[in-house]
Amino acid sequence: MRNQKQKKRSRSAAVSLGAFLLGTLLLTGCHGSRGMADFAVPEEFDTSRSYEITFWAKNDTNKTQTDIYRQAIADFQELYPNITVNLRLYTDYGRIYNDVITNIATNTTPNVCITYPDHIATYLTGNNTVVPLDELFADTEYGLGGSQVRFDAPSQEEIIPQFLEECSFGGHYYAIPYMRSTEACYINKTYVEALGYTLPETLTWDFVWEVADAATVQDSEGNYLVNGQKVMIPFIYKSTDNMMIQLLRQRDAGYSTEEGEILIFNDTTKELLHTIAEHVKTGAFSTFKISSYPANFLNAGQCIFAIDSTAGATWMGTDAPLSDISEDALVEFETEVMMIPQFDPGNPKMISQGPSVCIFNKSDPQEVLASWLFTQYLLSNEVQIAYAETEGYVPVTSLAQSSAEYQDYLSRSGEDNSTYYEVKIKAATLLLDHVDHTFVTPVFNGSASLRDAAGQLIENVTKSVRRKEEVDSQYMEKLFDDVTSLYRLGQASQAAAGKQELGRLPLTAAILLASLGVAWLLILLYVGCKLIKPLISSKFKV
Amino acid sequence: MKKTVVSALALALALAFTGCGNSGNGDNGGANANADVKSEGVMTYAEYVAAPLDSEVVIETYVQAKQSWWEDKATVYTQDRDGAYFLYDMACSQADYDKLIPGTKIKVTGFKSEWSGEVEITDATFEIMDGATYIASANDVTALLGTDDLINHQNEYVAFKGMTVEPADDSGAAFLYKWDGSGEDGDDLYFNVSLNGNTYTFTVESYLCDNTTDVYAAVKNLQVGDVIDMEGFLYWYEGVNPHITSVTAAK
Repeated sequence: MRNQKQKKRSRSAAVSLGAFLLGTLLLTGCHGSRGMADFAVPEEFDTSRSYEITFWAKNDTNKTQTDIYRQAIADFQELYPNITVNLRLYTDYGRIYNDVITNIATNTTPNVCITYPDHIATYLTGNNTVVPLDELFADTEYGLGGSQVRFDAPSQEEIIPQFLEECSFGGHYYAIPYMRSTEACYINKTYVEALGYTLPETLTWDFVWEVADAATVQDSEGNYLVNGQKVMIPFIYKSTDNMMIQLLRQRDAGYSTEEGEILIFNDTTKELLHTIAEHVKTGAFSTFKISSYPANFLNAGQCIFAIDSTAGATWMGTDAPLSDISEDALVEFETEVMMIPQFDPGNPKMISQGPSVCIFNKSDPQEVLASWLFTQYLLSNEVQIAYAETEGYVPVTSLAQSSAEYQDYLSRSGEDNSTYYEVKIKAATLLLDHVDHTFVTPVFNGSASLRDAAGQLIENVTKSVRRKEEVDSQYMEKLFDDVTSLYRLGQASQAAAGKQELGRLPLTAAILLASLGVAWLLILLYVGCKLIKPLISSKFKV
Repeated sequence: MKKTVVSALALALALAFTGCGNSGNGDNGGANANADVKSEGVMTYAEYVAAPLDSEVVIETYVQAKQSWWEDKATVYTQDRDGAYFLYDMACSQADYDKLIPGTKIKVTGFKSEWSGEVEITDATFEIMDGATYIASANDVTALLGTDDLINHQNEYVAFKGMTVEPADDSGAAFLYKWDGSGEDGDDLYFNVSLNGNTYTFTVESYLCDNTTDVYAAVKNLQVGDVIDMEGFLYWYEGVNPHITSVTAAK
């Protein structure tokens, strides 16, 4: 049986123009006006009232994960019978982002939402849209591990500091981490050794490129020597955004400043792109967007180095519990899980990623407090451990990480090919062992666009080489210009989030813009009438 | 405001669903119904098939159904009298997308690409051609299931007759929301059908046919053991994975 684990290439993975325009309006239309009032933690949670909150959650198209969300909600509602949590499921962050932006404009945001810090930076351009969590964290009664919380919640100190700091920007915490992952290189060790190589302790880019090039040798009939098949893409990268970001960080080259200054268009970037181009030319490298899921090629013996999230580990390897390819296409090989390639093995650097949770402000502080209690419940050991075990995720609290249950889980690596699937637990362990080597990119309004642009550079170069275009210095200059323009990175303000689309506005965006215009007009008319009415009344007063 | 947004989205979605319920009424004519004379510099289907991957291709074809429009990019199922072409994320304004009604002839320039076995045209541009229109009849490929010949009909509008609904998972459900049941109403539907002891996974692609369409409702009403006829587009994802647009009881 074949299954498509998710839609081919999500149409909402990038920021939509409509969302961009609304985001821009949020930025420009509300200056000087007051949105939602500042949230203040109520002295007491009013349990005499009922609350209905919505939770927009992201899963990896994984039924176990959605079941865990549902169980968490059921368990939470037992503890708090006056709070009803309505779940809405998403499978990609981009779609959540677009929907949140649209709903900010209509004041219909969810209460609790899984998201990326990059995206929160745009949400924050609305007035008081996202609740700063500092006071909630510290509240002795309802805060983290507070006295009135009806479950065992972690204290602030028990949230892994690096993960928590990723949710802090502009001087406040605007989210809590929910799960953390990094990227791993899933390797067909059998083929590496068949090619005459031995895996080093730490992968280097030079090693990966050399082995990948060596794997491209074909016989006179077009069969690759290493696998005897007509297809072999030795090195496939799932997220080219991450690839470029990590390459630059490892080289200590510019990406952006904390304040949002764009530094990515530099000589190191060009040099890295030229290297990638060389290996596309040999047939050694491709990307998910161009070819397909790295896991599909790896498991069919058509890829040697597959780089994907540790949260994709259950798809990797001959014995992977999840697979999109038919059984007859599966190839037997030994799978090794390693850190992504490095330039300096003694000083490794890898990205920290994974879902965070933010809370949207509402006019009723009690409703916000109900949202916070549910959000905090997501940090309980029950939820953290259960969800982390679905993939190569890592719990974000030391409470969960050090629990006997989680330690037992880690110790049973390889016991079966489901709960204790070795590749999955190795992937999680990779992050647990290297938290100090992780980094995140600066968060600012527009950082989501910069991330998209970083990946686009690699995608464009890869496509161009495959299409026999000349990739030279002139090409690079044009590429930089095109990507700068496409993602509006050249503007003085980095407030813009999203690709620039030239030409006519889409109908939906036009309708939304027109509606906003009408709304403002009606507000002005109403205010005008209010001002004029007393004047008219006094004039005609007898 | 909310109503406006909903209306706008509904309109946009409605425009994407013209493919569902395609009656497959065959060659419908125009002045030039029996011959596909290609313009100068345009490939025949055979030339397109022979073209290497990642090469530029120029074709003339006829819209059969539209899957989606998003950010000035359209994904469209098209076919001429010799074969089919799947156009992925083709540059397209919304105004032009509205003009792409089934049967419309278009000239497409893009790159031949392959993603998980699906051969398609990417990074394409197009122009609408005047003159003949063409809507393909559903080609019955039931007998080709499980054969190497089936892929020669990739992306065509096809029919499958007399197939039996099988359990979609261990629970015995006749269909799933998303491939593993992790989705909800409005997501893609996955269901299994068998013929001669072989089981295949078919899909109702929710961008092509959403949860307001007849086919979506029909699949939700399927029972394991039902014998059904189906029509749809012969999409590929790591093997045959048809995007079904019509399900009826077997005749």
